[in-house]
Amino acid sequence: MTADQAVTLIGERFPEAQVERGAPDRPGDPLVVSLRLDQWVPFAQVAKDALGCRFFAFSTAVDWKEQGLDVIARVDNLDDRVSVLMKTRLAAGASSCPSLAPVYRGADWMERECYDMFGIRFEGHPDLRRILLSDDWEGHPLLKSYAVDTPHPPYR
Amino acid sequence: MKKPATQIVPVWRDFKDLQEWEALHQQRPEGDKHSALFEQVTEGIHNFPGGFVVTTAADAFFNWARKSSVWPVTFGLACCAIEMMATFASRFDVERLGMVPWASPRHSDLMIVSGTVNIKMAPMLKRIYDQMPDPKWAVSMGSCANSGGPFRHGYFVVKGVDRVIPVDVYVPGCPPPPESLLNGLLLLQDQIAHFRRTGRRAAPTPKVD
Amino acid sequence: MSAVPRHDSATSRVEVDYAGGERLTMNMGPQHPSAHGVFRAVLTLEGETVVGVDAVIGYLHRCHEKLAETLTYAQYPSIASKTDYVAAMTSEFAYVRAAETIGAIEVPKRAQYLRVIAAELQRVASHLLWLGTWCMDMGGALGGGATIFLYCIREREQILDLFESLVGARLLYGFYQVGGVRYDLPPGWVARCRETVDLIDQRIGEYERMLEDNPFFLARARGVGVISRELAEDVGVSGPLLRGSGVAFDLRRAAPYSSYEDFEFTVPVETEGDCFARYRVRMVEFRQSLAIVRQALDRLPEGPISSRPGLKSVAQIRIPKGETYARVEGARGEVGCYLIADGGPKPYRMKWRGASFSNLAVLPHILPGHKVADVVAIMGSVDPVFGEVDR
Repeated sequence: MTADQAVTLIGERFPEAQVERGAPDRPGDPLVVSLRLDQWVPFAQVAKDALGCRFFAFSTAVDWKEQGLDVIARVDNLDDRVSVLMKTRLAAGASSCPSLAPVYRGADWMERECYDMFGIRFEGHPDLRRILLSDDWEGHPLLKSYAVDTPHPPYR
Repeated sequence: MKKPATQIVPVWRDFKDLQEWEALHQQRPEGDKHSALFEQVTEGIHNFPGGFVVTTAADAFFNWARKSSVWPVTFGLACCAIEMMATFASRFDVERLGMVPWASPRHSDLMIVSGTVNIKMAPMLKRIYDQMPDPKWAVSMGSCANSGGPFRHGYFVVKGVDRVIPVDVYVPGCPPPPESLLNGLLLLQDQIAHFRRTGRRAAPTPKVD
Repeated sequence: MSAVPRHDSATSRVEVDYAGGERLTMNMGPQHPSAHGVFRAVLTLEGETVVGVDAVIGYLHRCHEKLAETLTYAQYPSIASKTDYVAAMTSEFAYVRAAETIGAIEVPKRAQYLRVIAAELQRVASHLLWLGTWCMDMGGALGGGATIFLYCIREREQILDLFESLVGARLLYGFYQVGGVRYDLPPGWVARCRETVDLIDQRIGEYERMLEDNPFFLARARGVGVISRELAEDVGVSGPLLRGSGVAFDLRRAAPYSSYEDFEFTVPVETEGDCFARYRVRMVEFRQSLAIVRQALDRLPEGPISSRPGLKSVAQIRIPKGETYARVEGARGEVGCYLIADGGPKPYRMKWRGASFSNLAVLPHILPGHKVADVVAIMGSVDPVFGEVDR
């Protein structure tokens, strides 16, 4: 499976997805695939089965303020050195995304962290609860609307 | 059969669970930690002409024993824990000062808070501190424990462990090298040398040049 | 289903009919003697066997990702070293690589070699601490475990002395900067480094013989904590855990960065996936890292140590708009930094992919079926550092 074959395969199965390749002098760059929300889990399944990307590197989110939240996941094919960075955009105000946990077991903790930090509810996640912050914490800190030095008496 | 004397402090089986026990201990005033009779006797001896020799000698002896055998509870939180482990290890050995790192808080005298305290960990830290028997001391190691350190502005970081427990010695550094921590522990030993038997400490720490 | 004692009056024996269905929930941590940091494992036990684990983390969450949005590219590397604080050099490496990749900032060859030397010495120091604490956990602090802990700390102190003369700090440095490194080698450092490397090479051999002749060590490490290859890739474990499970993947070989392609070293792979396999991988990594350091010292080129020397203000480095995921092979695995830059002196978003976070995520899948005593051995061989887990 080379990067070219991967791009062809993605183009066949997901014609509306946008695929960006890295610069030719940087062969380690991933294929950046921008997907619609309903293609998120099917693409992950295709990446795992057809592209051989069985290694789940990480999953996170980015807050683009008025434009909404981006959910990102990176998967790698360790044998063929092909990496895919999948992205999907949640509409402004939306905070729900299908979960990759049924496809990749590593997404379990990564998505719990996204929920903790951004408030994104992952549908289909087996056990969505806060992972890093206290269970009774209010607010989702990595959103741009949350101040870094929010006070929390009496500790700070 | 003679009725047993009323106990000042309730015993474990009177409580439903650990939380109730801890709540009681936090509310207990300082006074009833020592027997009132004992305090009266030592004050009497101290005020008797010439009696101060006995009390100060006894204080000096007991404080020497206390400071020569301070057992820290292994409470490593973050990066400073690695330097604390290095202080306990071969090159900077604290066992020559009598400090044996001990895992159980019930059998230790000192808590070296080494690392950042955050809001999730603070109640656990307080719980471990409460489980330590008196007299106990606390050393705040590193800038995170002193004041929140480089993470001070983070939403989840406590701005210094002295917001959670009373601290006796602050050791600055990020992380403080073992020499600094040893300096802090020796300063603590000097403080302990001035510890009064009744639990009230002498106000100023001795000047160090 | 409770164990009801029955008194047999004929023989005066009390028999307890243990149906085996009773479950006990036991809490391990966040303060416990197994010196790995603040980790809480809520174990569900049936007798002595673990049937379920709820791993509670977050007791060291220090808001790295939010703070990175408020600190400039010049200020953050020394904070980055506090993620994987046992191997601080490799932690800083990921962040500066990310900034350099987006900004297309060249790093001079000498700086690349110095980075490699620092990273490999740091890997050796980190593995020494791992070996000492893992064996101490398995042997007991007052039992035989403190022996190898003290030996390993003695060796680690030699490496920290080298770092102290190079950077000025023992544990957390600000050595890596965007564009190169901050300090050059002081006179006499190369000779001392070679002596230290030879000494450690010889001592590692002693520790290997000491441990592998010890039947208790073998009994506690062989066959314990098996991570299958499929599970390892699915969860995203990396580093010695992945290589101990049969996947021959090392970032220094697969996606070479910072002149790693100039050095010859082997990547150890074991197939059993148990604690002993991970131990063997790390022991071979010791020797390979020392070999890389020797080669780098032999071929160290002259030249500048940074392409952006002499910063006059912390906001001087501005990275243009772009995003990248830069990863390095840290002592614990793939440490990555997903950075989104927006043209200013501070990043827009920085996600820290900590190796220990993914490594620890494998615990709920492998612990069930083991005894409580094995939990300690497995935790040690997974080697988590909670600065990376909680960030």
